[in-house]
Amino acid sequence: MAKLLIDGKQYEAEAGQNLLHVCLSLGLNLPYFCWHPALGSVGACRQCAVKQYRDENDKQGRLVMSCMTPVTEGMVITLEDPDSKEFRATIIESLMTNHPHDCPICDEGGECHLQDMTVMTGHNYRGYRFKKRTFNNQYLGPFINHEMNRCITCYRCVRFYHDYAGGGDLAAFASKNHVYFGRHEDGALESEFSGNLVEVCPTGVFTDKTLKEHYTRKWDLQTAPSVCVHCAQGCNTIPGERYGEIRRILNRYHGEVNGYFLCDRGRFGYSFVNAATRIREPRLRRAKEGALESVTKQALLAELGAAFKDREKVIGIGSPRASLEGNFALKTLVGDSRFFAGVADKEAKLVSLALEILQDGPARSASLKDVERCDAVLVLGEDLTNTSPRLALSLRQLVRNAPLGLAAKAGIPDWHDLAAREIIQDEKGPCFIATAAATRLDDIAAETYHAAPEDLARLGFAVAHALDPEAPRVADLSPDAAALAARIAEALRSAKRPLVVSGTSLGSEAVLEAAANVAWALSKEGQGADLSLVVPECNSLGLALLAEGGIGRALEAVKKGEADTLVILENDLYRRAPKKAVDELLDTAKRVIVVDHTEHATTAKAAALLPAGTFAESDGTLVSNEGRMQRFFQVFVPKGEIQESWRWLRELMLAAGFGERVAGWNSLTDVHHAMLEAQADLAAVTAAAPDPSFRVTGLKIPRQPHRYSGRTAMNAHINIHEQKPPEDPDSPLTFSMEGFLGRAPSPLVTRFWAPGWNSVQALTRFQEEVAGPLRGGDPGVRLIEPAPDARKSYHSHIPAAHQPSDGELLLVPLHQIFGSEALSALSPAIEQRTAKAALALSAEDSKRLAVADGDEVEVTICGLPRRLPARVVASLPKGVAGAPVGLPDLPSVVSLPERVRANKAVVR
Amino acid sequence: MLSLIKTMWLVFLHSFSRRETTQYPDEMPYYPPRWRGRIVLTRDPDGEERCVACNLCAVACPVACISLQATEDEHGRRYPDFFRINFSRCIFCGYCEEACPTYAIQLTPDFEVSEYRRKNLVYEKEDLLISGPGKYPGYNFYRVAGLAIKGKGKGEAECEEPPVDPHSLLP
Repeated sequence: MAKLLIDGKQYEAEAGQNLLHVCLSLGLNLPYFCWHPALGSVGACRQCAVKQYRDENDKQGRLVMSCMTPVTEGMVITLEDPDSKEFRATIIESLMTNHPHDCPICDEGGECHLQDMTVMTGHNYRGYRFKKRTFNNQYLGPFINHEMNRCITCYRCVRFYHDYAGGGDLAAFASKNHVYFGRHEDGALESEFSGNLVEVCPTGVFTDKTLKEHYTRKWDLQTAPSVCVHCAQGCNTIPGERYGEIRRILNRYHGEVNGYFLCDRGRFGYSFVNAATRIREPRLRRAKEGALESVTKQALLAELGAAFKDREKVIGIGSPRASLEGNFALKTLVGDSRFFAGVADKEAKLVSLALEILQDGPARSASLKDVERCDAVLVLGEDLTNTSPRLALSLRQLVRNAPLGLAAKAGIPDWHDLAAREIIQDEKGPCFIATAAATRLDDIAAETYHAAPEDLARLGFAVAHALDPEAPRVADLSPDAAALAARIAEALRSAKRPLVVSGTSLGSEAVLEAAANVAWALSKEGQGADLSLVVPECNSLGLALLAEGGIGRALEAVKKGEADTLVILENDLYRRAPKKAVDELLDTAKRVIVVDHTEHATTAKAAALLPAGTFAESDGTLVSNEGRMQRFFQVFVPKGEIQESWRWLRELMLAAGFGERVAGWNSLTDVHHAMLEAQADLAAVTAAAPDPSFRVTGLKIPRQPHRYSGRTAMNAHINIHEQKPPEDPDSPLTFSMEGFLGRAPSPLVTRFWAPGWNSVQALTRFQEEVAGPLRGGDPGVRLIEPAPDARKSYHSHIPAAHQPSDGELLLVPLHQIFGSEALSALSPAIEQRTAKAALALSAEDSKRLAVADGDEVEVTICGLPRRLPARVVASLPKGVAGAPVGLPDLPSVVSLPERVRANKAVVR
Repeated sequence: MLSLIKTMWLVFLHSFSRRETTQYPDEMPYYPPRWRGRIVLTRDPDGEERCVACNLCAVACPVACISLQATEDEHGRRYPDFFRINFSRCIFCGYCEEACPTYAIQLTPDFEVSEYRRKNLVYEKEDLLISGPGKYPGYNFYRVAGLAIKGKGKGEAECEEPPVDPHSLLP
């Protein structure tokens, strides 16, 4: 720590850190543009100038750029002297000479960093008399709108897109005041992280195109802290609502999880909340062949209550995309032995295995920030860009850590971005990626290995054996794979903090076990190892804590006649099991009751349909693949009879007359207390966020900004009498603009705003230190901590090598970031980016089958014959083919990997 | 006694002085154009809606009686999808007019906004829009804004150079 004097006041700060970082951490107002906490300093915009003095007696001083100046002991600076203030005002003035007269029609207006900084420096009149230069805009796809005239050339967009996220199709063109940021030609931005440009850009050049369709200013959005439901990473988000619709998703900083960035699936996948396919009122099918009719809640509950008397005959099917509370309520309804995870048996087993590896093994379950702290990685079997995109972005930062040692040796601090990148050049830390086919992350890999799942597992087992001879040996390993395994083992062993990444996406237990062996072998070495296991959905791990056994077990029970009524929670079973099995299950059961928010194939077969709330309309808790329990809060009160799943299930129990245990469940806290009693390992659920009785100076925390407009007019056309705001028994937040206006505790931060800081950059006021944890600690509770001295015996079931056999293909599941996840796929913007279903074939196999790209191929997947266009993927090994996961025309591929026969389709 | 007579005399004299009472509403008083009365939405000199749905009037409104939703035509010109003022709440403070960057919202000298049913005091965009430019006849926001709309491409606004070709190598 160094002592420094700022405007005559004594402060303490970390020596060597840049001055801008320190000033912002101390809560001082210092304008800046090109600096970004995650991107470092380049000193390009000259906006953050301050005056530095030799010592306390120096009256002259000199202007320095604070972002480029490291803090030293005894430093004397001032932000307030007239010279530096004038300098900063002049810089803004010159940046504004070409800025268009657009604020009223600019989507950034009201949350614009340029507006904030202009006001902060006091510039208010354009003294420049000459013409403004203009640009033509580009079409950048369904996510991002381009308005190039507004650019102030801070270079943050390309520094994020190219340098940080590895995107190749956004660049700076031309020179001087003609500098243009765009693509070489019109077209959708290819990077999966393009949405972050909206937050990275300090002006309105890159704005959210989906928000533009129903544009609302930041001050008019009702917001609440939420958690992304589109993959298992548990990124924190801020959804914004106006007029009963979700309008956009913004990143909610979390020091340990998502940091400053989200992926495009998380940011633009929200439209399902507003979709026309939402279920908004209870529906009932009175006759077996009749249609579903809308009924009142009372009528529905009376009808179901009467039919529900025999609790022994009811089984419940939970869901990995429903909250812990919803699943727990269903478990309470049907009883422990009749509650099943709503996933394929195979997936249930895989997730349980992942949970077991994390819980019982010595390796630490890594958060995304932990990933960015590691310096070597082995990815086994996961195409991260498509299964867990945000993790892929963290891996890109990981590979910089080892080469950053070069910069440190040369005396260059990490934050000195340009210099550090200059010295690193293309140097990358050890990253080994072993997957079925090439991934979008292969460009950062030191070595890649493309093979069938069995061979990937064998490679993993071989690495573990090379690290620790006690780990089982792999027999008959090919010399190439053995040499690669030795190189990987060496790189991981010599790393300061090695990481192993794997997951369930290939549907292979052996791959998970191999990854566990590697991590455990590394842990034995002494330096420990981080392990990140990707599970399929936002609450897969939470569901695994509650239920064993998947849909197959449920089908057995129904077939044996043990049950005749099914209660299905937020789940489309047709995505979880082969069509035949689901048809059989739904047809055999006498009564199928579905609690869900969106229509799908399963709701079409329901006898009764109960409208549940989405993540935006309910409160709940999710467990991310790190094992972090995180609360999401209701953003708005929906129209119609929509309510939380657990409330529906409670009312069902009360109506059926066996609700004595749930009669007292009046708020979310009551459910949590019941959970606490029922299951000790879920005890942390009450600690994930403050409970509803929490108050700051006697006040709740408002969801609406203090400038929320139109209160007395927005509903005046319906009812001139203003209604009082809805009550919220489930959280310490209110649906109003009244309440505590200061900084709320970190799990309850509804938006980032501070006086003078209307843009997302207000975030620095909420952090203990810039880019550090949120004040009061990052939200959420980690359920899984490693037992460092745990000595689990190694997994020893090593599969045989994959043998390509004539005429047969090993079909593996291939995930797609856009389309494979059910809810985000309903967003029109995501739909535009979704690739058509195709069968991926290796070059050899396509030659053998005599098919070219686009030719139709006949193949039987999950027991159903299909015709799919072929897609030749050169990186696929011989004898391995890939089928897309979860696409609308091919919903279920749960039986993969399996051996199939494919033929060229006869042209009809 | 004397004072009584004096008072009667004064009253008698007053019957010859000028009457101060105005026979409203038969006789309408003069209201200056800057009078802050009923709110209207004006059109630009080309007859298009001036309002660009920037929401500044709504946020400036101290009683929050303005509510609107932005939308766009196929060329990117922004206008309000709906624009609602609840006149039963309006206090005619004029902050909305002051906040309006396009001179769209203007207060008029008409203050006779009285109804038997409160509901009739809720004005929609159709009720608010007038056919002229109101107090500021010449101003058209899109002539100075950088955004391209139908009939005005990039670089065609006032004080703008033609668009730069980023692929050009010329200095």
